[in-house]
Amino acid sequence: MRDVAVIGIGQTKVGEHWEKDLRHLALEALQAAMRDAEVERVDALYVGNMLSGELTGQEHLGALVADFAGLRGVEAVKVEAACGSGAAALRLGYVAVAGGLADVVLAVGVEKMTDATGPEATSALAMAADADHEVAHGLTFVALNALLMRRYMYEYGYKKEDFAPFTVNAHANGMNNPYAMFHTKVTPEAYAKARMIADPINLLDSSPVADGAAAVVLAPADWVRGSGKPVVRIAASAVATDAVALHDRRDPLALEGAALSAWRAYGQAGIRPEEVDLFELHDAFSIMAALSLEAAGFARRGEGVRLALDGEITLRGRIPIATMGGLKARGHPVGATGVYQVVEVVQQLRGEAGANQVPDARVGMAQNIGGSGATVITHILIRET
Amino acid sequence: METRLLRTDREVGIIGYGAYIPRYRLPATEVARIWTGGEGETPVTEKAVAGPDEDVVTISIEAARNALARAGNVDPALIRAVWVGSESHPYAVKPTSTILAEAIGATPYVQAGDWEFACKAGTEALQAAIGFVGSGMGRYALAVGADTAQARPGDALEYTAASGGAAYLVGPAEEALAVVEGSLSYVTDTPDFWRRAYQHYPSHGGRFTGEPAYFKHIAEAARALMEALGTTPADYDYAVFHQPNVKFPQTVARQLGFKPEQIGAGLLADRIGNTYAGSSLIGLTAILDGARPDQRILLVSFGSGAGSDAISLRTTEAIRERQGRAPATQDYIARRTVIDYGLYVRFRGKLRV
Amino acid sequence: MGLPSKNWRLRNQRYRLVGEICEKCGTPIFPPRDVCPECEGPAQTPYVFSGRGEVYSYSTVYHPPAEFERYAPYTVALVRLEEGPMLTAQLTDVAPEEVYIGMPVEMVTRQLQTEGDEGVIAYGYKFRPLIR
Repeated sequence: MRDVAVIGIGQTKVGEHWEKDLRHLALEALQAAMRDAEVERVDALYVGNMLSGELTGQEHLGALVADFAGLRGVEAVKVEAACGSGAAALRLGYVAVAGGLADVVLAVGVEKMTDATGPEATSALAMAADADHEVAHGLTFVALNALLMRRYMYEYGYKKEDFAPFTVNAHANGMNNPYAMFHTKVTPEAYAKARMIADPINLLDSSPVADGAAAVVLAPADWVRGSGKPVVRIAASAVATDAVALHDRRDPLALEGAALSAWRAYGQAGIRPEEVDLFELHDAFSIMAALSLEAAGFARRGEGVRLALDGEITLRGRIPIATMGGLKARGHPVGATGVYQVVEVVQQLRGEAGANQVPDARVGMAQNIGGSGATVITHILIRET
Repeated sequence: METRLLRTDREVGIIGYGAYIPRYRLPATEVARIWTGGEGETPVTEKAVAGPDEDVVTISIEAARNALARAGNVDPALIRAVWVGSESHPYAVKPTSTILAEAIGATPYVQAGDWEFACKAGTEALQAAIGFVGSGMGRYALAVGADTAQARPGDALEYTAASGGAAYLVGPAEEALAVVEGSLSYVTDTPDFWRRAYQHYPSHGGRFTGEPAYFKHIAEAARALMEALGTTPADYDYAVFHQPNVKFPQTVARQLGFKPEQIGAGLLADRIGNTYAGSSLIGLTAILDGARPDQRILLVSFGSGAGSDAISLRTTEAIRERQGRAPATQDYIARRTVIDYGLYVRFRGKLRV
Repeated sequence: MGLPSKNWRLRNQRYRLVGEICEKCGTPIFPPRDVCPECEGPAQTPYVFSGRGEVYSYSTVYHPPAEFERYAPYTVALVRLEEGPMLTAQLTDVAPEEVYIGMPVEMVTRQLQTEGDEGVIAYGYKFRPLIR
């Protein structure tokens, strides 16, 4: 196995891109990443995407994106793992470079969601759940998370407003990220008054439907060591799964897939949770942020919300999360999200996070979750000195 | 003289019975508020309205499950006929009865069919089941009368057109909670109420629905049955007649010589409206819920077009232990959520979006 | 899209809560999956569940997928069956504010969705507060 480094990053602004379609969003991110990496050719391209077929009528994204990126002929495939598609594409790129099958690999996550109506997007996103036993009963993706949040509040005695710090923190950080969808501050009062989507989840608990693309270029770490550029090494890449349907989980509040994925990653990187300087977690909903913090070992069971209430998730806290806005404020173009998370970790580790810079960030973790916790992909990145 | 009775080769009876009435109620004052400015008398106090996820299939399933629960340990695989009478089957083509048969575990060796005869469709299925078991074609047959009745907005029928149903498991007399003493059917071509193909709402003959239709058919059927059985109104503990409103069954009972206390237990129209094919059959479930052994019950349905089925029943000792095995009719009547006209319009699909 | 055959295939579990029981370790399984989630042995023996259970968690959907707009707002729940397994279903005949965690519920068969005015009607299990 070879050490793998991220040698280039690129991203589009997340939002409503009425002028750009799927392939041009991917192209913009991918070209930015290649410029950043100073490469002109790659050996393979992995495209992370969840909903192109359902929402834009386009599948076969590997060849399509390769063609329109001027990479015709390159090895290219689409990778799908629901909302975890982006990190899954990155994971395959990592495997290829680490295993010596490819030297320079491009992983791009892309999603074009805004052409669909609200109910269409709701139906499409629900495909991440169990079609026969959840979706056929009218469950939406929001509703699944609402079931978790309701039970969490019941078991641990939290009130609705206790979840506000997740949203307030994400929006505060998004203010300084030019690529974020939202640049609006959210107050606890605004959170308390937000429109209900699926009780107890309101609009400000939920990440927005958006368009976007992000890309990274991977290469053997040895190629960049000694080049004078900062070396950001992928110290761990771990995938774990759990039952797709919430009702099939041994303990719905445990997010066992996330725990398995995180602890596998800690093992690979040879670190402990305390050594992680920032955590880009999958805050598609506030409850997911709480459960991820617990599963990854940053809070004990039932104390993820407590950690946020204590201010420990902010840029100056014990474990900064959503440092560039997270899924909540940066936006959640589903199949692209996992790559955005890693791009943002690289920004932090390179010291390029501007006003949101976590001081002396050396170890960053990104965790991308597909479905309500069924596919969980964790990457740990370490800046070499 | 050849008897007018529909005779069976062996004695049959009701093994189990069950009702279902939806949770929602539309007060008649709501219809009046929208269509008459609140003026005028209303024929009932309120009517039962099916929720947005209910139809004749779902109503039949719950009523049938209650009937099977009361029957005790009857293996559904021994039911040889599943028949549903309704004027509001959810499909124009595709049987309600196969869905019901599948849901209660009676498939696949079972006769299944849907019956149609306006409000008489349910007793028609019941009478056929009596014949089916009475001839020995099968040990058990299930008959259901259920409707989610629709009325043209603003029509007089809108006060009463209601949703609900009842199911009866028919079997050998020795297992019955009520034995069939005799039954007959009385029909003529009397066009008092109809719905043409592809039409949402029925049309009716107004006042014509009264004398030559409802009163004539029910009275003739009741008299003919009592004459054939040698009974008089005084021999009955209970009587139940089709109830399109409160007044009609009260009037026909008086005409026949029944006292108000004989029809009280089964007269539900004031609180649930007219459940069409379910109407007299739900009246009967309410009677059976409170009946004691060895009591006699007369049931006469009426369906437009037109006809009446009359059935005479006598309860047995078995009724005591079976009454409590499923929710009583009054449990469903007590379960009640009032809705306004707007929600009613949405629930019943009167709003096209 | 493929609704008739899909619902038909699932009719036993949808209409009557027919799941499975593991012959080896006795675990009742719903929804049926042919492999025991506990001991991972084969489990294909049919087992009919009673239909009684209690609410583990619930939510009310105000923004439904296109196919469910007709029924909105509606309440969904994780229901723990008395035999042990959990399932996901709608609650019916109940106002959202009446629902609570631990509420005893029973299975009823209702319309799950309809394929427009011309397609098939899918029926299946929902749960409601006990009638009595």
